[in-house]
Amino acid sequence: MNLPRYRRLQPAFYRLQAARCTACRQVHFPSRTRCLGCGSASMEPVRLSGQGRVLSFARMLHAARGFQDSVGSLTALIELREGVRLVAQLTDVEPDGIGIGQEVEMVLRRLRSDAEQGLIVYGYKFRPVLKRQAGAQAQS
Amino acid sequence: MPAQGTLMRTQHAVGITSYGAYVPRWRVRTEAIAACWGRETSRVPIRAKSVPGPDEDTATMSIEAAQNALRRVDIPPGQIRAVWVGSESKPYAVKPTSTIVAEVLGLTPFVSAADMEFACKAGSEAMQTAIAYVGSGMAPYALAIGMDTAQSQPGDSLEYTAAAGGAAFLFGRAEQAAAEIEGSLSYVTDTPDFFRHAHQHYPQHGQRFTGDMAYFHHSLHATRALLDELGRTPKDYRWAVFHQPNPKFVRRLAKELGFGKEQIEPGFLVPLIGNTYAGSSLLGLAAVLDIAEPGDRILFTSYGSGAGSDSMSIVVTPRLRALRNGVPSVRDYIARRREIGDYGLYLRLMKKIHRE
Ligand SMILES: [Zn+2]
Repeated sequence: MNLPRYRRLQPAFYRLQAARCTACRQVHFPSRTRCLGCGSASMEPVRLSGQGRVLSFARMLHAARGFQDSVGSLTALIELREGVRLVAQLTDVEPDGIGIGQEVEMVLRRLRSDAEQGLIVYGYKFRPVLKRQAGAQAQS
Repeated sequence: MPAQGTLMRTQHAVGITSYGAYVPRWRVRTEAIAACWGRETSRVPIRAKSVPGPDEDTATMSIEAAQNALRRVDIPPGQIRAVWVGSESKPYAVKPTSTIVAEVLGLTPFVSAADMEFACKAGSEAMQTAIAYVGSGMAPYALAIGMDTAQSQPGDSLEYTAAAGGAAFLFGRAEQAAAEIEGSLSYVTDTPDFFRHAHQHYPQHGQRFTGDMAYFHHSLHATRALLDELGRTPKDYRWAVFHQPNPKFVRRLAKELGFGKEQIEPGFLVPLIGNTYAGSSLLGLAAVLDIAEPGDRILFTSYGSGAGSDSMSIVVTPRLRALRNGVPSVRDYIARRREIGDYGLYLRLMKKIHRE
């Protein structure tokens, strides 16, 4: 990936930055300069929550050069709390550890694995919401 | 030993406003490492250690720890004026990790950012610097991170303990802090106990030398000087946290200083996940903050080869309770584990398999 493109994608890749229409409030991800809902050109940047659920998923069996570490991983169609749908790779999960409706959260990870020479590309992935132990604080 | 005037104090009182931890979910059983090298599997120093996932590195791990710190509080991003990452396992050999972290957190562009280097003391060095930035009035808040995906030569004795993890601390004025810094000091000498040249992949270390003259000497002198300066004894502290290269060293250090088992227990993580290098003492401190109560005093001493220690005296305020708002604790990350006993997969996770 070239540097100008990487810089341009950073707000979306790093922080799930979307565009919200100031007229009809519809949220677009990836960002747009004109609203698909009402046609308004008045858009403002918003940061998505990164909280959502899995609508569908598939297992990756082949991967392009640079993505070898993704073979065997899961890619999912996710609906975020804001109603936005996006496709993202899942991480920190076993191939049989996911189901439709699973609650997931965004994490930042390395997207490309050919990092020994080139640019390391970081971006969003999703994982099942991390479990909190009840009473973990009373452990002393 | 006279230690008058060794304490470092700030213009304004400084404290820990928030903190966050991260440990990856992968654990490798050390018996798999021993078996690969024909060593006795019963003589491993710990049972399992944490390793990064294939898509993780010091930058991604620092980001999650820092995000946890920011989720505990409500601080406008513009008020965080510094981000420092202490590590010896940087994703790029030349290119700061701290700018990646600052960009993801939304703190750019008017922010001071740099990577700190001092073996396992890099994280506490970042803490000292953040304390100074806030204490001098240069920044309302400053973020210090200690994080590593520790590298060790395959077959080396360090391979049983070199682990992945760390923590982030957000420093701010003491009046709003969850824990106040009562004083700190640094104790440094030129002790070549552990080093790596530019063309080498893995560090070299002196076996015996790393004990008495390095780890124990610096940790003991830094801690004793701090206690002398503050007129305290180990009895004045409810908790103590040290750098944790292996369980044996920590137990011996605590004993020599006069700290009991119950004082070190909550922050004693090396038996559970291994030595997270620049993350080790910081992660221990985060685990203590997970359970500490208002009024508790915490003694914190790091150690880094090369060599030196940072020692700090910390007292918990009532505001610490407000930070327990559902952000994952150190124990949550430790409980989340996917254990492997396959040396080949371990090498892949450690990114030791080179492709062209
Ligand atoms: Zn619209």
